[in-house]
Amino acid sequence: MGKINVKAEGLEKNYGKVQAVRSVSFEVEEGELFGLIGPDGAGKTSIFRMLASLILPDSGTVRVAGFDPVKQYQDVRRRIGYMPGRFSLYQDLSVEENVQFFASVFGTSLSENYELVADIYRQIEPFRDRKAGALSGGMKQKLALCCALIHKPEVLLLDEPTTGVDPVSRKEFWQMLKRLKTKGISVVVSTPYMDEAGLCDRIALIQKGKILRIDAPERISESFPFGLWLLRAREMFALLTSLRKYPHAQSAYSFGEDIHFVFQKGKENPEALKEYLQGLAFKDLEIREGKPTIEDCFMAMDS
Amino acid sequence: MRTIRFILRKEFLQIFRNKAMLPIIFVVPIIQLLVLPLAATYEVKNSKLLVIDQDMSPDSQKLRQAFEASRYFSLHEGIFTVAESDKLLDKRAVDMVLVIPRGFVKNWAKGQMPRLALRVNAMDGSKAGIIAGYAQEIIGRFNGELAADFSGNAFSRRPTIQTEFSYWFNTELNYKPYMVSAILAVLVTMVCLFLSAMNIVKEKELGTIEQINVTPIRKHEFLIGKLLPFWCIGMFELIFGLGLTRLVYGIELAGSVWVVLSFSGLYMVCVLGIGLLVSIYNHTQQQAIFVAWFFMMLFILISGIFTSLESMPRWAQYVAHAVR
Repeated sequence: MGKINVKAEGLEKNYGKVQAVRSVSFEVEEGELFGLIGPDGAGKTSIFRMLASLILPDSGTVRVAGFDPVKQYQDVRRRIGYMPGRFSLYQDLSVEENVQFFASVFGTSLSENYELVADIYRQIEPFRDRKAGALSGGMKQKLALCCALIHKPEVLLLDEPTTGVDPVSRKEFWQMLKRLKTKGISVVVSTPYMDEAGLCDRIALIQKGKILRIDAPERISESFPFGLWLLRAREMFALLTSLRKYPHAQSAYSFGEDIHFVFQKGKENPEALKEYLQGLAFKDLEIREGKPTIEDCFMAMDS
Repeated sequence: MRTIRFILRKEFLQIFRNKAMLPIIFVVPIIQLLVLPLAATYEVKNSKLLVIDQDMSPDSQKLRQAFEASRYFSLHEGIFTVAESDKLLDKRAVDMVLVIPRGFVKNWAKGQMPRLALRVNAMDGSKAGIIAGYAQEIIGRFNGELAADFSGNAFSRRPTIQTEFSYWFNTELNYKPYMVSAILAVLVTMVCLFLSAMNIVKEKELGTIEQINVTPIRKHEFLIGKLLPFWCIGMFELIFGLGLTRLVYGIELAGSVWVVLSFSGLYMVCVLGIGLLVSIYNHTQQQAIFVAWFFMMLFILISGIFTSLESMPRWAQYVAHAVR
């Protein structure tokens, strides 16, 4: 087991009556890619802002890179790279000027830490003189990552770095994160995309400010406690409503081209379900067993 | 120290990259200093004066001539009742009505005080005050002559108090030196107040302050880095404006340039502080503009450029002294 780089214990944050973060605890090791997975409004951004010393927790303790963001925020800030959910670099400065500015305020320079950012910087280098505001979404994220890495942080905090980015750039972005991991940097990343969850070493599923579960993504999907059935028919919407009315249904929701269906505990009987649906005369009905994904686990935990 | 330098470099880069900035720095002062002093003058020339002469005596003639001789009034006649003149006042066809009642001077000999009526159109309050002032001056002079005439020869002349005015600092009561320097002060205030408030709020609005907040930049470094550029621009504006007024209006500083510059510098620090305060309580540039504008209006109205401080109610004077 490596060094613990991020440690949160019993974090709480309220905004008036809204409980944004409720007793959240987790640890992130050196060189680990840790994902905070959850829908919008789950409290991911609040957790990031507490780790990044931007807001104070109402209760609970945090250690980031060995320091307390509440009292030793200057030490924490020198050792973290934070990428907010919203593009926060200077749009009226060029790519190069942004990188240089952030390097200089950290008392370093691009050439000093070039090997760390080289992979990323090489991709944006052709647009060196372009204003950051004129970059595409994917390029903006690469530039932001570059600026967050420029001072060789021990912990990288990335708040929804791939939201609003095209699928190709998203893939590239995650490959970069994998490479950073090998350099011993702890990466905490949040995403609302369940497919990206599978790329993390460990994930925390968050809903309404609470962590539902923390584990490796494979372990989470393996531990899905029910059989998952995928259904398909020509009339998808009617199928969904009929499935929800089925007496032994635990849950039914659309997922891509299929409907994912889970039986109530101990009531698993696909033959009876088939009969029930055939009785309703669905055309091109297909029923097969499926492998649960993280999203299915999320839905199961949520309900 | 090094960090401040980096922030300053970034700020100046952004300021001069902003296309609206150079016009604000150069064109605005030129226009304000060249055009506004011509428009913003207190001198009221050729105001329309209607004389209702019900007396028709040599004395009333003399009074009329006194008004005619003044370059401030153009005389209108031909109306003999007050009721008719009211209509003209309503239509703003005349600015002031002078009523010389029957037996105006003759009654004086009988021991009655002569009376005149001056009816001023006060839709435009400041203009009304100014022309009434002119009229009173003319009547006052006429009054003095009249008193001398009454008392007969020079030996037994009744002493009347003659007031000689001598205006300090601006002997000819020329409005330009007054207006130009006032406009320059407003300009410098505006540049410092608006640009600094907007600049910091812009970082909030675009979210860039989030990224700055996680850097080791310290508070004082950020504040100096943010405010110093606008202090420099304000100073430049002041020197540029002083040069322009000297060149165009021939207005020279009578005292030490260094006293003016150092106190202006101090003043700008205060204005930048207000800009900073505005930026703290506002989250968008739009909000910041409105709040900054509120302060600007307050400063302009209470500074005494347009209304003299002494004529303000007591509470406003306290506010003004507090602001000053």
